[in-house]
Amino acid sequence: MGRAFLRRCRAVPWAAGLPVIAPLLIGACSGDPYPQSTLHPTADAGSAIDALYRQIFWWAVLVFVVVQTALVVTLIRFRNRPGAGEPRQIHGNTLVEITWTLAPAAIIVAIAVPTIKTIFAVRGDAPADALQVEVVGHQWWWEYRYPALGIVTANELHLPQGRPVALAITSADVIHSFWAPKLHGKRDAMPGRTTRLVFTPDSVGTYLGQCAEFCGESHANMRLRVTVQSPADFDAWVAAQTVPPVAVDSTQALILAGEAAFKRIRDPGNHSCVACHTIAGVSGGVLGPNLTHVGSRTTLASGILANDSAGLARWLRDPLAEKPGSLMPTIALTEDEVAALVAYLQSRN
Amino acid sequence: MATTAMRHTPAVPQAPTGLWSWVTTTDHKRIGVLYGVTAFFFFLVGGLEALVIRLQLGAPGNTLVSAEFYNQLFTMHGTTMVFLAIMPLSAAFFNFIIPLQIGARDVAFPRLNAFSYWIFLLGGLFMNASFFVGPLFGAGSLSVAPNGGWFGYANLTSAQYSPGPNIDFWVLGLQILGIASLAAGFNFITTIINLRAPGMKLMRMPVFTWMSFVTQFLIITAFPVITIGLVFLMLDRVFGTTFYNVAAGGDVLLWQHLFWLFGHPEVYILILPAMGIVSEVLPTFSRKPLFGYAVVVYSGVLIGVVGWGVWAHHMFSTGLGPIADSVFSASTMLIAVPTGVKIFNWIGTMWGGRLEFRSPMLFAVGFISLFIIGGLSGVMHSSPPADLQQTDTYFVVAHFHYVLFGGAVFGLFAGMYYWWPKVFGHLLREGLGKLHFWLMFVGMNLTFFPMHFSGLLGMPRRIYTYGAELGLDTYNLISTVGAVLTGVALLVFIANVLASRRGAAAGANPWNAATLEWATDSPPPVYNFSVIPTIKDGLPLWRTGGMEPSPLPAVPPEPIHVPGGSIWPLCTAAGIIIVGIGALLHHSLWPSVAVALSGALVTVVSIFKWAFEPFEV
Repeated sequence: MGRAFLRRCRAVPWAAGLPVIAPLLIGACSGDPYPQSTLHPTADAGSAIDALYRQIFWWAVLVFVVVQTALVVTLIRFRNRPGAGEPRQIHGNTLVEITWTLAPAAIIVAIAVPTIKTIFAVRGDAPADALQVEVVGHQWWWEYRYPALGIVTANELHLPQGRPVALAITSADVIHSFWAPKLHGKRDAMPGRTTRLVFTPDSVGTYLGQCAEFCGESHANMRLRVTVQSPADFDAWVAAQTVPPVAVDSTQALILAGEAAFKRIRDPGNHSCVACHTIAGVSGGVLGPNLTHVGSRTTLASGILANDSAGLARWLRDPLAEKPGSLMPTIALTEDEVAALVAYLQSRN
Repeated sequence: MATTAMRHTPAVPQAPTGLWSWVTTTDHKRIGVLYGVTAFFFFLVGGLEALVIRLQLGAPGNTLVSAEFYNQLFTMHGTTMVFLAIMPLSAAFFNFIIPLQIGARDVAFPRLNAFSYWIFLLGGLFMNASFFVGPLFGAGSLSVAPNGGWFGYANLTSAQYSPGPNIDFWVLGLQILGIASLAAGFNFITTIINLRAPGMKLMRMPVFTWMSFVTQFLIITAFPVITIGLVFLMLDRVFGTTFYNVAAGGDVLLWQHLFWLFGHPEVYILILPAMGIVSEVLPTFSRKPLFGYAVVVYSGVLIGVVGWGVWAHHMFSTGLGPIADSVFSASTMLIAVPTGVKIFNWIGTMWGGRLEFRSPMLFAVGFISLFIIGGLSGVMHSSPPADLQQTDTYFVVAHFHYVLFGGAVFGLFAGMYYWWPKVFGHLLREGLGKLHFWLMFVGMNLTFFPMHFSGLLGMPRRIYTYGAELGLDTYNLISTVGAVLTGVALLVFIANVLASRRGAAAGANPWNAATLEWATDSPPPVYNFSVIPTIKDGLPLWRTGGMEPSPLPAVPPEPIHVPGGSIWPLCTAAGIIIVGIGALLHHSLWPSVAVALSGALVTVVSIFKWAFEPFEV
């Protein structure tokens, strides 16, 4: 019995331990099987945290191996054998006890020193040339404002590669937490307070993240993505976001119908798209995401639907089915209206 | 009490029988059994909630339950396991074992003890009633269970963002349950200080009693803090005060500080009793005294003290600033030292011993092995930068389940197998016990070990759904399979309880253990000890001359008085629950006031009757 116990006691954690070590050793994989991983950083802050974590991880492995081995050896060696006499009644051993008090204390110091260094390294002091972005958490979507660039967008954060970025994070309602793990750790978005994250993205790519503080019914649907672009591509994106929206002309009947549907006030409840959404030159609502350039985004509804005709139509037909509790109500739209709105919104790019 | 001289033959009180005798009981042993049965029931409820959670997360985009119900499930899973399962399971052992271990006839305040139990039972039912009473509150669903997380962060719990009765059930239920914990805490502190047998010096007390003693101090100091937080929240919700209302100058971080100032000591409230149990079981099945008894006791005390200085490590992601981060990180890491010392002392206890792997021993050894893992992941996120990645992910879920399931629950099962013969007079079956252990050990690791990876690879907590693009399907599926296996393990335990209920009599000391509870019969007579022994040694049953008289006489040579029964503790508890129901109805003023006032009346009358009740055999 004793032997069987020992074998399994040792085997279970180790067998299960292999997968965690594997990704640690492989590093960033091609094809990105884990787009929201904390172990494959693509920014200076994320890398600093990752390096610290790896250091602590190996200390933990060392302690794990030593202590579990001591436990297992004890269990095997001193298991009850037939004919074993009464054990010696030892109450303690001062030298041994001092040793095993000091040993963990020493390891703690070895972990504390790099920890405190890293705390100060990622504390959030932004260099003067950092790109300033205001992040506002809403139930359940993210608003991004680039004050220097005059851009207001939602859910998909665009950043230039190689330039420090300073996020100033707050909330419009309850507590959220901004988390894009490949770039940095999470930082809470709290009403009445502004918190900061500062980092420099080092690789072009699209990285997933999501709200990490429980914020109500659709917390799970409050996702985000960060697109890091080469400086030239980023500038092009900025230019596209800052040009005035394309005017709708009378030859585009469907789009024109969509604009009309967008502005229509509906009974009951006086629901209207314009009450909550801004499209520059058309409406000024601020409760929902700014849709001036919604057609340029890849996803909808904070990352839960693809921003294509099918995804838009799904969202317009029944937002509450896609995102339970959403502030955007389910409005009885005709299929013609849905098609027109899809065309109109896709033209806002 | 003055009338005792009338009898010349020794009076041997017999335990009364019948339902009424249980409803009115003030016998610490019966209250212990009631605590155990009730807490185990809530443990199964919380486990069922966990199982549904795991089934929902078994595949990405699963639609077994709605978002709203999922949020209720994880809120109630956490709340139930902490307040209705693990704490009261520990309380079952406090009740049954502590008076026996210190050589007392009962606790210091037997009726207050009964009151603690009844308010715990009724408070637990009050909170869980929320699953079934939605229509009474005009809700569109049957269930209006609490849905703000067991941590209930402001301002999501405000009337503005949570207008339904869900949070009211939570905020009132926790205040009610706090009364039970506080009353019990004061009761056990008084008991341990005042009712020890002659010669039972503090440093001769069994380690379980010691760790329970530390726990009671944590309870009486930590619960007032959360009570303040809850009262503020209740005032905000019911009377429109603005403690957590940012728009009116309140602060959402105030709640977090109050909650974690309670919440971290609460972790030690959950784990210290289990550590005490393990410290009893290991020496018994190693045939050796605990290695470094004094150090184990002091490190338990130290954990209790330092546990007060670490709360903000739950708040690193709020951006406390580098100085506060460093300080709270260091204090948190410091706890690893006394914790490590305990683990080494347990291994030292077994070293050189003659280890018998009976069921209690298996669970105790499982505790050590699993607790090491939980301790190590705890050190990982005591480092604030690492915590910024790990907090609110499944890595943290893995961590605290290794501590609370691998630790506290394994420890409590060790205690159940160990003291079962003392409580019920017969042993649980060894074969089923081993099967239970192995299923739970494997199931537990299968559930929680993969969560380390899913968390580090990007799985946040408290999400009812996740996308396949995260690449975490396999880890989640393994966790779900493990949860089912853990459920099967619990069924084996229940089968064991049923199968062994007519088992052979265990005798006073079936494990040949060293501490005082094993000196009396199994189950103990209503008066516990025929005479209160004089203690000469910390291991009274292992040392010749460790106690006098030894053995205890079979029949008490002198008349013994044990506390009689009383219905007023239950009535007082019921009155408080009625006040809570009144508060629940706060949206309709007059019904609310009427119910609350009648509850207050019941409470006051019951306390009055309680105070003037003749309380004798």
